[in-house]
Amino acid sequence: MNSISQLRRKEELTAYLFLLPWIIGFVVFTAGPIIASIYLSLTSYDLFSSPKFVGLSNFKEMFFKDKLFWHSLKVTTIYSVVSVPLHIAIGYTLALLLNQRIKGLAWFRTIYYMPAVVSGVSVAILFQWIFNPELGLVNAILSKFGIQGPRWFASVQWALPTFIIMSLWSVGGGIVIYLAGFQGIPTELYESAELDGAGGLEKLRYITIPLTTPVIFLQLIMGIIGSFQVFTQAYVITAGGPANATLFYVLYLYQNGWQFFRMGYASALAWVLFAIIVTLTLVIFRTSGRWVYYAGMPR
Amino acid sequence: MKKVRWRESKKIRSILWNTIVYIILCSFGVLVLLPFFWMISSSFKTDAEIFVFPPKWIPSKIMWQNYPQALTSFPFLRSLRNTLIITIGVLIGQLLTASMTAFAFARLRFRLREPLFILVLSTMMIPYQVTLIPTYILFKTLNWVDTFLPLIVPAYFGGGAFFIFLLRQFFMTIPIELDDAAKIDGCTTWRIYWNIILPLAKPALATVAIFSFYGSWNDFLGPLIYLNSPEKHTLSIALQYYRLGMTFGPTRTWAHLMVASLVVMLPCIILFFFTQRYFIQGVVITGLKE
Repeated sequence: MNSISQLRRKEELTAYLFLLPWIIGFVVFTAGPIIASIYLSLTSYDLFSSPKFVGLSNFKEMFFKDKLFWHSLKVTTIYSVVSVPLHIAIGYTLALLLNQRIKGLAWFRTIYYMPAVVSGVSVAILFQWIFNPELGLVNAILSKFGIQGPRWFASVQWALPTFIIMSLWSVGGGIVIYLAGFQGIPTELYESAELDGAGGLEKLRYITIPLTTPVIFLQLIMGIIGSFQVFTQAYVITAGGPANATLFYVLYLYQNGWQFFRMGYASALAWVLFAIIVTLTLVIFRTSGRWVYYAGMPR
Repeated sequence: MKKVRWRESKKIRSILWNTIVYIILCSFGVLVLLPFFWMISSSFKTDAEIFVFPPKWIPSKIMWQNYPQALTSFPFLRSLRNTLIITIGVLIGQLLTASMTAFAFARLRFRLREPLFILVLSTMMIPYQVTLIPTYILFKTLNWVDTFLPLIVPAYFGGGAFFIFLLRQFFMTIPIELDDAAKIDGCTTWRIYWNIILPLAKPALATVAIFSFYGSWNDFLGPLIYLNSPEKHTLSIALQYYRLGMTFGPTRTWAHLMVASLVVMLPCIILFFFTQRYFIQGVVITGLKE
């Protein structure tokens, strides 16, 4: 008896040794900074003199005075609300088409996925060139059809839509996930549906879509979280302009921290971002019972 | 007679449907590839031809010299070296410590296993912007700003919740009897981890290594905040500065800029062609993309 409990204790000790790097990392790089960030959000801090406690005034300023805060929130929300559903709809449709026992599936999948592996500055520069109003590819193609293209990233009206169009280039990243979801559907379901005389559309409506709602649900949450964190493209291509038309939330946060040296205010902005993401996730989770189907769960 | 015709019309319909499917798939494929082709085409153009409108797909004169010109005015080798130091440093740290953490969660019994694992998962929910500022201040007080340390060192402390989760899911699929048999043979837990689990988990480790590579290679905000002096710049930061040089700097034309962007992008594309199955595997194990 004694030796068993000794063995147990030894295993327990070993486990914590294995966890040690993560535990230290959690304290130093996650928990510690979170607490520090709560404190900083209540201070005025410019990195050079020590932080000055100012209570809730950062948040008061943000909500009641700072028009750019509201503006950046609006820009980011529009981007999120338009681009995330578009990504899901296009990605899911393409995945459905790829799932039709297509010849050359591997080729299509490879090509579609490619934009998802190249990201960051080089892609931003490439799209800046493609959407160049005078010399770019897009306006050249449009002019072939007699259309005078807009000024894209340089236009107050078009800059944000151009970011959305650009983001659709990497829609293929989700396709692999949907395809994996389709693989998980038991074939018996389709067979028995066929016996009952179901056609392609019925199978899609009553089997494929309902059974892949958990995948769609996950993509929705990840998509929204990702869309609220857009930074690199906006920083490189427009730096928030023209006339703040593409002042994404994280870009505004970066400007406050590293350009205006308002670290306290930037921390407060970060916490509001966190609150937004948590709220959205919770709302989606709450409504998910109505539309997400989990096999083996009582309805 | 009627039945035959019905079958024929069904066949025609299926051919028609297949054609539509292929047309849609191919046109989307073309849309995806077009920017890449445009990039390659632009990179070979003369200054004059860049400004021709409407543009030509195939330059009338292939300017091979754009490549050596751009790669000497763009600090390619120096920023490549910096990027590789960070990428490899991070990769080793993440592989090692994420697999250790995942091993404990997947194979060892301890009282706080469930709550701690939930803690790991919940750290995925916290946007990095929340911890960004205090972490920056921490590294600034350590005098680590303008060194690679802030970008590399954190990778050695758990390697990130996503990778822990991915490896844990994979480790769970390895039969536990292997551990028991090894224990009876007198193996220590460390040897089970190093000599049994890690070799069996090579595919999952490869997936982690690849995702880690892409994460560091394409990272922009981290190097932007921490690396100030040009000698420390990574490829993505150097590229951003090269772009700014269009107005008054070493970048002469869009062609040069396309060369530089292409060179930064190319390793990612080549690596992807060779390692595709690991991407798909990562997706299948976790149900998430990066």
